[in-house]
Amino acid sequence: MKQQLSSTNTQYSLKAASLPEEIKPVYTLTNAIMHESNPIQEKGLISIQGVDKIFVSERGHRVHALSNTWIEVAEKDFICIVGPSGCGKSTLLRIVAGLEQASSGQVLFQEQVQNKPHPQIGMVFQQYSLLPWRTVEENIILGLEIDRSSAHKKKETAERYLELINMKQFRHSYPFELSGGMQQRVAIARALANDPQVLLMDEPFGALDAHTRILMQRELLRIWEKNIKTVLFVTHSVDEAIYLADRILVMSARPGQVKEIIDVDMPRPRTRSNPRYGQLSEHILDMLEFDNISQSDTNNEYFSEVHA
Amino acid sequence: MRFHFRKRNTIMSKSLKRGALALIGPVLILLIWFVMADVIDNKLILPAPDKVFKHFITPLANIIGLGALTKNILVSLFRVFFGYLIAIIIAVPLGILMGYSRTANELGNSVISIFRPVPPIAWQPLVLAWFGVTSAATLMGLTRGDAYVYLNNFKISMTFIIFLGAFFPIVTSSIHAVSSIPKTWIESARVLGANEWDIFRKILLPGAAPTIINGMRTGLGSAWTCLVSAEMLPGSLSGVGYLITHAYEIARVDVVITGMISIGMIGAFLDFAFRFLESRKFKWQHQIK
Ligand SMILES: Nc1ncnc2c1ncn2[C@@H]1O[C@H](COP(=O)(O)OP(=O)(O)O)[C@@H](O)[C@H]1O
Ligand SMILES: [Mg+2]
Repeated sequence: MKQQLSSTNTQYSLKAASLPEEIKPVYTLTNAIMHESNPIQEKGLISIQGVDKIFVSERGHRVHALSNTWIEVAEKDFICIVGPSGCGKSTLLRIVAGLEQASSGQVLFQEQVQNKPHPQIGMVFQQYSLLPWRTVEENIILGLEIDRSSAHKKKETAERYLELINMKQFRHSYPFELSGGMQQRVAIARALANDPQVLLMDEPFGALDAHTRILMQRELLRIWEKNIKTVLFVTHSVDEAIYLADRILVMSARPGQVKEIIDVDMPRPRTRSNPRYGQLSEHILDMLEFDNISQSDTNNEYFSEVHA
Repeated sequence: MRFHFRKRNTIMSKSLKRGALALIGPVLILLIWFVMADVIDNKLILPAPDKVFKHFITPLANIIGLGALTKNILVSLFRVFFGYLIAIIIAVPLGILMGYSRTANELGNSVISIFRPVPPIAWQPLVLAWFGVTSAATLMGLTRGDAYVYLNNFKISMTFIIFLGAFFPIVTSSIHAVSSIPKTWIESARVLGANEWDIFRKILLPGAAPTIINGMRTGLGSAWTCLVSAEMLPGSLSGVGYLITHAYEIARVDVVITGMISIGMIGAFLDFAFRFLESRKFKWQHQIK
């Protein structure tokens, strides 16, 4: 662990002077390049090894979405991924989910190559993923139905997860009768009902209003603490990442690449008034802003979101 | 309890009001018809309404030597349903396949695009050349008896025309229904371990059902519209369409109008039945964005 502390990331040396010293990324891109892989990260449950993704459109137009991405995800880790939009966060998650294939490199899950949906990997999408003709309860047990579980098990599981998300009285409601926040709770319950080891979440609260969003973050942590899973959580909001994550993975603009991994060294439950909160937030925002400037991207979405 | 009652009452008065509004048009037309028939005073141009309605009052009476009105309606209904059923059996799976698979779509779409604009009536000469007066009876090898008389009414040519009328609305709406299913629905099922069959059963079919049913409703209307042209084909001896053409030949305009009203009423009723089913079964569809 010592070597990466001593090697400074030259790109940020200017900024680093004004930052509190104690923010010590556990991984930086320059380090990884120097060592030709990622000796710093320990082998994990999910091992993303040098993944590249190039999309080729119908007209032959190529989009380099992800470039040489190395990530190790340890069991029961709560990892948040932040990065400019279009940097390949969703793509990365979709590759891990097995919905998309890497152009090169590979993803290992439990030491097996992961290239198609795996029963132990669940996913929550940003919105509108519930089946509108099914009630809340029927949506929750979709995975069990696909697995051809017994009626008894379906009933029991539905009960358990309705309870977990505090929505027992809504079991017979249809998605269109629910608020956005409630719909996402059901989507989370549906993913959990399959009892996966890993939960992938792609901006699950991205479409919610600021207040609901904060409530949902609390709710998610409550659920997670009762039911600890490995979580890979993509978000736009630095604030959200600091509130939720054990570790934050900052990605650079397209082609996406892991720029830095930061441990969130704050005890849970976290309070936004903790000075550490502000320091981490500033550090990450600076890093993203650097990207924005270098990309001459004028809208600073992270900043406005945090201060909203 | 009282509140519940009140609420029910307002719902009832609301639907009563809607019913009353719906009646205004037909009543107005009837009135104009009465007046015009009186003014024109020529039953070859416009017979009075009562001359027409008497056929509905005695639906079992033999009309112009073609048998009872009800019998003719039943024969037509069977013909339509037969052609329509075949259209559903072919168009729905084909449409779902084309909506889901890009290859299937590219393969089938050109053919459908070319044939769709051709009105079914335009097929008449070809259909006659191909099928002639072959009927369900001929196919079953019958030449006499009650079954022959009955089955001989179901000519392949007619069925084909009706089939064409229903096929295109159903296939195009099925394609559209499946291709507009959000990718997220399919992917949510996939990450839960769904195979292709699960996706077909649990996502595509229920997700596309409202639009497919809607296409089936249009298809039925269209099949019903093709009936008259189908029953004008040689070899036809019964059915509402035939009743109309034959009545025209012997200058019985009252029977022509009787036939028209029968087709209209039955078509409207079937359409209503479909809409009722849609509003009952697919409430969710109108609620999502
Ligand atoms: N199916 C696809 N075909 C072509 N380009 C795609 C596809 N999916 C994503 N992309 C492109 O890849 C880049 C990364 O996309 P995405 O992973 O969705 O970014 P993020 O989630 O970080 O906003 C974007 O430029 C996007 O336009
Ligand atoms: Mg995204």
